[in-house]
Amino acid sequence: MKRYLLAVLVDNKPGVLTHVSGLISRRAFNIESISAGYTEEADVTRIHIVVSVESDNELRQVVHQLSKLIDVIKIVNLTETESISRELVLIKVRATRETRADIINVVNIFRANIVDVGPEDIVVELTGGRGKVDALCELLQEYGIIEIARTGAIALSRGAIPVKEM
Amino acid sequence: MNGAQAVLESLKQEGVDVVFGYPGGAVLTLYDELYKMKFPHVLTRHEQGAAHAADGYARATGKVGVCFATSGPGATNLVTGIATANMDSVPMVCITGQVATPYIGRDSFQEADVSGITTPITKHNYLVKDVNELPRVMKEAFYIARTGRPGPVVIDIAKDVFNAEIDFHYPETVQLKGYTDDNNGKAADVRAVVAALQKAKRPLLFVGGGVTLSDTAEYVRKIVACTGMPAVSTLMGLGCLPAGTDGYPGLAGMHGCYAANMAIQQCDLLICVGMRFSDRVTGKTSQFAPKAKVAHFEIDPAEIDKNVAADYPVVGDLRWSLPLFLKEVEKLSAEGDRFKEWRDHVTAMNNEKPFGYIPSKDVIKPAEAIGKISSLCSDDTIVVTDVGQHQMWAAQFYASREPRQFLTSGGLGTMGYGLPAALGAKVGIPDKPVVLFTGDGSIMMNCQEFATIADNDIDVKVVVLHNCILGMVAQWQRLFYNHHYSQSELKGKTDLVRLAEAMGVPGVRLTKPEEVESRLPELMAHKGPMLIDIMIPEDEDVLPMVPGGKRLDQMVLGGEEK
Repeated sequence: MKRYLLAVLVDNKPGVLTHVSGLISRRAFNIESISAGYTEEADVTRIHIVVSVESDNELRQVVHQLSKLIDVIKIVNLTETESISRELVLIKVRATRETRADIINVVNIFRANIVDVGPEDIVVELTGGRGKVDALCELLQEYGIIEIARTGAIALSRGAIPVKEM
Repeated sequence: MNGAQAVLESLKQEGVDVVFGYPGGAVLTLYDELYKMKFPHVLTRHEQGAAHAADGYARATGKVGVCFATSGPGATNLVTGIATANMDSVPMVCITGQVATPYIGRDSFQEADVSGITTPITKHNYLVKDVNELPRVMKEAFYIARTGRPGPVVIDIAKDVFNAEIDFHYPETVQLKGYTDDNNGKAADVRAVVAALQKAKRPLLFVGGGVTLSDTAEYVRKIVACTGMPAVSTLMGLGCLPAGTDGYPGLAGMHGCYAANMAIQQCDLLICVGMRFSDRVTGKTSQFAPKAKVAHFEIDPAEIDKNVAADYPVVGDLRWSLPLFLKEVEKLSAEGDRFKEWRDHVTAMNNEKPFGYIPSKDVIKPAEAIGKISSLCSDDTIVVTDVGQHQMWAAQFYASREPRQFLTSGGLGTMGYGLPAALGAKVGIPDKPVVLFTGDGSIMMNCQEFATIADNDIDVKVVVLHNCILGMVAQWQRLFYNHHYSQSELKGKTDLVRLAEAMGVPGVRLTKPEEVESRLPELMAHKGPMLIDIMIPEDEDVLPMVPGGKRLDQMVLGGEEK
């Protein structure tokens, strides 16, 4: 399985997310994450989808089928262009008097932030690529992760040309 | 004016001359304005019938079919009809009432999430909660339904929107960032196919439903005549080439003829036009046309390489690509009739093993009845089918002559499609005779529409091939499930003649083989709707047959004396 990050520009209209998610489930595409948000243009929403596919042909199918949706304006495969991708993760990890210092050490090494501390837990915030996020989660595993919230990846291409002009 | 008037005014602007529908709570205002404007409307007896009628109207006329339904169950009853149209790329606009805006999302009486439900089975859909959006949405809906690869569009309108006041201006143009009707492709792609054709020794043209939808049959006919290459058709492409054309044996695929399927397996260049390589067409895809390079003329880029890989894709509207292709191949005609030997080989295969059946002196054979009716039908007759054995027999034994005259639910395979679709086709083109081939299973799925036909005196000849069994199910049970006729026997207690008569349509029953000759001519010539209930044996198979997952040349033949 290969993973690709697609930036999908869509009309900011009601029903758009239903159309996109409905298509993904109908065509039985595998997606790892999906995130949506406003853009520099008020009437355009940007959706990032991380798909995992078996073949180039399957990837083409995903792109072609998504392109057919009337409210999809543009799709760019950011994995195949020079791009920076980030994901935000919040991790609530169990922390005791004995382990707190260790956890803080790990957090510092990863240049992550501690955003909340309680008597039994610490909430860690990390922004980064997928590999970094996975590595931190793995390290914190031994202290006991209580819960994780991840945004899914978002990305921008490098250089002055925006996705809508690609 | 109010929202309801705005909807009807928009329909007028789009040239809609009739609506099929069924009233209810959420569309009362719409129906009140319809009453006041005397807008032409056919009341079906079930919303599913309205959807199929709009579909039949659209397939026969090429125009956008329109249907109305109320919220909740009214709208959900449309679903099968919308899915049927979607699978066969039929342009339709379905307008449904929704509960009033303040009630949406509160599980109100007759509320259903129509845009959610119809998202996977529409080209696009809308929920209108603001009357000011209505003109734009109506304009976009018709534009989307009829352009590009056509398809159904649903407009779900909240009840209060119909009552709200609007200063109505119908937009002249649409502005859609992510959609265009410019579907011209690259001329170089067309030339690549021409070059491949020049090298080919055994080319074959494969005609699909896209040719019907784009009204480009004349180009296909000229291309076949000019190149002399043989041709075959999918179920949806029937009629684009007239039955009997030299080198055209007809239907290919699961129940296609021997010559068509063998030609696909033997050809060295398969030129596919407006088709999507359904599993009913290809058999085992890895062994489909194993010796051939595949050229694929197609408007929808998502169809390229979806099921069968194309060596020469030509993405674009057939109205652009086929004229160009014809112009190029006309230049080649100086090379003479290069494919005569190959074309004659296809013809010889068809003469050797045509669609056949074993005649009987005791019972009416379905093929015999369809063949007789085919010979009685004028060239402009529209044939509609339901789904099952009779559908395949009609495809095999009815001689289709023109496009848009063989209407059938190909992709979804919807039993119950036939009767309402036939009435929709007749309403769309009253001058053409309409004949429905159906079965005793399918007809019962929308038999309430006999009432619609009677009330409006819609002249449809309903031919039931009555075998007292769900024939296609039983055929598979016979072949693959040890003759276990699990829930497929219909026992035959239902008197279809009396059923039709109860709803105001006269009916007759034919049981003896000699009645095919003696009675069918007069019955088919009868003015007005008529049910012709033809009793046929229950154990007749549709053959040839390519069992699921097998190669096209691994078909089970039939039609010879055992």
